[in-house]
Amino acid sequence: MAEQFRTCPTTGLKIHKPAETLIRVNAVAAVVCLLVGGLAALLILLTRWPAVHLLNEEWFYRLLTAHALDMLIAWIIFFEVAGLYFGATVLLNNRLPAPKVGWVAFILMIVGGALINYTVLVGEATVAFTSYVPLKASPTYYLGVILFAVGALTAVLHFFAALIVAKKEKTYEGSLPMVTFGLMCAGVIAVLTLLHGAAIYIPTFLWSLNGQWGIPNDFFPGIDPMIYRLVWWGLGHPSQQINVCAMVSMWYLIATLTTGAKPLNEKLCRTAFLLYVLFINVASEHHLLVDPALSIWHKIVNTSYVMHLAVLASMIHAFAVPAMVEVALRKKGFTKGLFEWLKKAPWGNPAFASMFISLMGFGFVGGITGVTFGTEQISIIRHNTWSITGHFHGTVVLGTTLAFMGITYYIVPLIFRRQIFSETMAKLSPYFFGGGVFIFANAMMFAGGYGVPRRHWDITFAGASIPFQFDPTVFFFIALTGLGGLLAIVGGALYVLNTVASVFIGKKIQ
Amino acid sequence: MSISVERIWWRPLDREEKIWVTIALIWCLGTFFMMPVWHVIAKQNTPNESYKVSVDDFEKLVTAFNEKYKVGMDENSGLPIVRPPAGSDVYFAGTGIWQWSSILELEAGKEYRLHISSIKGGGVEAWQHGLSIVSSKFNANFMIIPGYDYVLKITPTEAGEYGVICNEFCGIGHHLMAGKIIVKG
Ligand code: HEM
Ligand SMILES: [Cu+2]
Ligand SMILES: [Cu+2]
Repeated sequence: MAEQFRTCPTTGLKIHKPAETLIRVNAVAAVVCLLVGGLAALLILLTRWPAVHLLNEEWFYRLLTAHALDMLIAWIIFFEVAGLYFGATVLLNNRLPAPKVGWVAFILMIVGGALINYTVLVGEATVAFTSYVPLKASPTYYLGVILFAVGALTAVLHFFAALIVAKKEKTYEGSLPMVTFGLMCAGVIAVLTLLHGAAIYIPTFLWSLNGQWGIPNDFFPGIDPMIYRLVWWGLGHPSQQINVCAMVSMWYLIATLTTGAKPLNEKLCRTAFLLYVLFINVASEHHLLVDPALSIWHKIVNTSYVMHLAVLASMIHAFAVPAMVEVALRKKGFTKGLFEWLKKAPWGNPAFASMFISLMGFGFVGGITGVTFGTEQISIIRHNTWSITGHFHGTVVLGTTLAFMGITYYIVPLIFRRQIFSETMAKLSPYFFGGGVFIFANAMMFAGGYGVPRRHWDITFAGASIPFQFDPTVFFFIALTGLGGLLAIVGGALYVLNTVASVFIGKKIQ
Repeated sequence: MSISVERIWWRPLDREEKIWVTIALIWCLGTFFMMPVWHVIAKQNTPNESYKVSVDDFEKLVTAFNEKYKVGMDENSGLPIVRPPAGSDVYFAGTGIWQWSSILELEAGKEYRLHISSIKGGGVEAWQHGLSIVSSKFNANFMIIPGYDYVLKITPTEAGEYGVICNEFCGIGHHLMAGKIIVKG
């Protein structure tokens, strides 16, 4: 058993080698997906910009579907799986109880992801991310999603098994470290979410089999579109809270790694994590505020997040993380005035910069707009406009993606045992990416305020039989979206190139 | 290095933490209570009336409505121009061939019961659509779900031409769904 471990020379952490390999492959898969999703982002961005209008409609909708799946599902979940294994082994001096199961999970996710991409790219699943029935994809698409989800669920359960092993073998003393605790909360939400996912994707898969592969046309009954929406968002909404939980855990981890900060009051932070688990899974009906069928009082109770307690949790983290950084930096002597610590913070450290921009961006760009767009009256104005796309690029790109990019600068030396290839690229990337997303997410939101729709190939309606023209102001905001998007893509490309280069040709750390 | 975390669960909060949590909690409770309050005092709420209706039945309602109140025809699109009397039930649909079922002419200041849903209309399926009514000063969005009749009580307040576009991805013709509502003063 002992030879399965090595000790990290810089941190002194004990690392389980089979776990390390699994962390590596999942992290690599994540970055590859980010690359594919990023290429799709570039192409759809340049299509939505009327001045360029690059792709034809077929390819636009295909790549729109692929972009969302490769980013929101593949990149994020592969990275989270790597994070879960990290939190349950490296941070706990622990081993992964069943590395083979880890490989099964990984292969399921890879096969699922490949099936999804193949089906979408050959044009048999142009259904957008939500695949609202009666839009129908070929069965391999839903099968791909199901395989990916089963793989992810296996990985999450493996993570819980590792926590139990750590507890039994007493690899750590006292309470679970807070980062692992946060990841555990993400894991709990993930299990609930994935079960919801099964409830919608399995019937939809069966329905898609009608008339395919020699199966009779009336094999499985049609799915009511309203029930589909209700159950699908039971998956789609809470799955974002996995990301929130994982992102916040990374904030704490990066704050500690970059400044030596410790959470001031773990009771407060941990309670906030628990609030996520308990309350964030409601609110899924803010996607359905302007739908028929559900009564408005039902929607109001649901979308108020049970007294906005999950929002309270985010406000607590938004206080606790900067506060712990401030205390740590003041201890280092940056005590002049209110803000010397902020000025002298390690802004040149890409992990720190990523974390801080992620925190600010998540709160001010993604969070505030989420809470406001999710109210009954404002939803009428914003629903399905580009404002929504702007909002969630604030949460899941500026927030989660940037936080994950930040922690990479520690994972590469610790787990891949390679030095970061280029310090300069690392330094620039978070500012380009963060700045770019900040610009384009806000510009999308302004355009959406004028009614510019999301998921739309041609808002000039050149081919439509009845002409329609938007207020000319929208073209300014769309151009701004284009420019901000390009800046973000440069930042993202710097990250991907630098990470790939570090992993394959970076200087080895013995 | 061995990792140990002391049991810190029950340490009391500091003053700053207490202040922040209190402010945040009050703010959250405020936004929470405002949600029902707005529903009572706001002038424009999401409609709360809807019925199940089969796609075929709704198509019949739309056809009958169009025939009854038709006043003309838009040459380019072939869509009927329909002028229902004030206060009446208006049936409006997105179709399976990515069109709207009519061009409506309404009167400013009068209330209508706008029934929206999805029909095949010569296409293969009744898709989900997004009804987006847009002008340079106005923007409102509601979902169109096949099998459901969503009733919007609307009172156009300003005369003019309003664009009607689809903002839910409904297949390859999604971006062709442009139409209009004409409000007469
Ligand atoms: C440089 C970075 C990125 C750029 C420039 C970008 C750009 C875009 C654009 C132009 C759209 C299409 C909007 C539309 O037609 O409605 C879009 C949609 C979307 N993006 Fe991104 N994106 C980026 C990164 C990401 C990342 C990292 C994620 C997830 C983690 C993500 C998730 C999504 C999702 C879920 C959609 C919605 C697709 C849909 O409406 O079906 N994006 N993005
Ligand atoms: Cu449509
Ligand atoms: Cu559409």
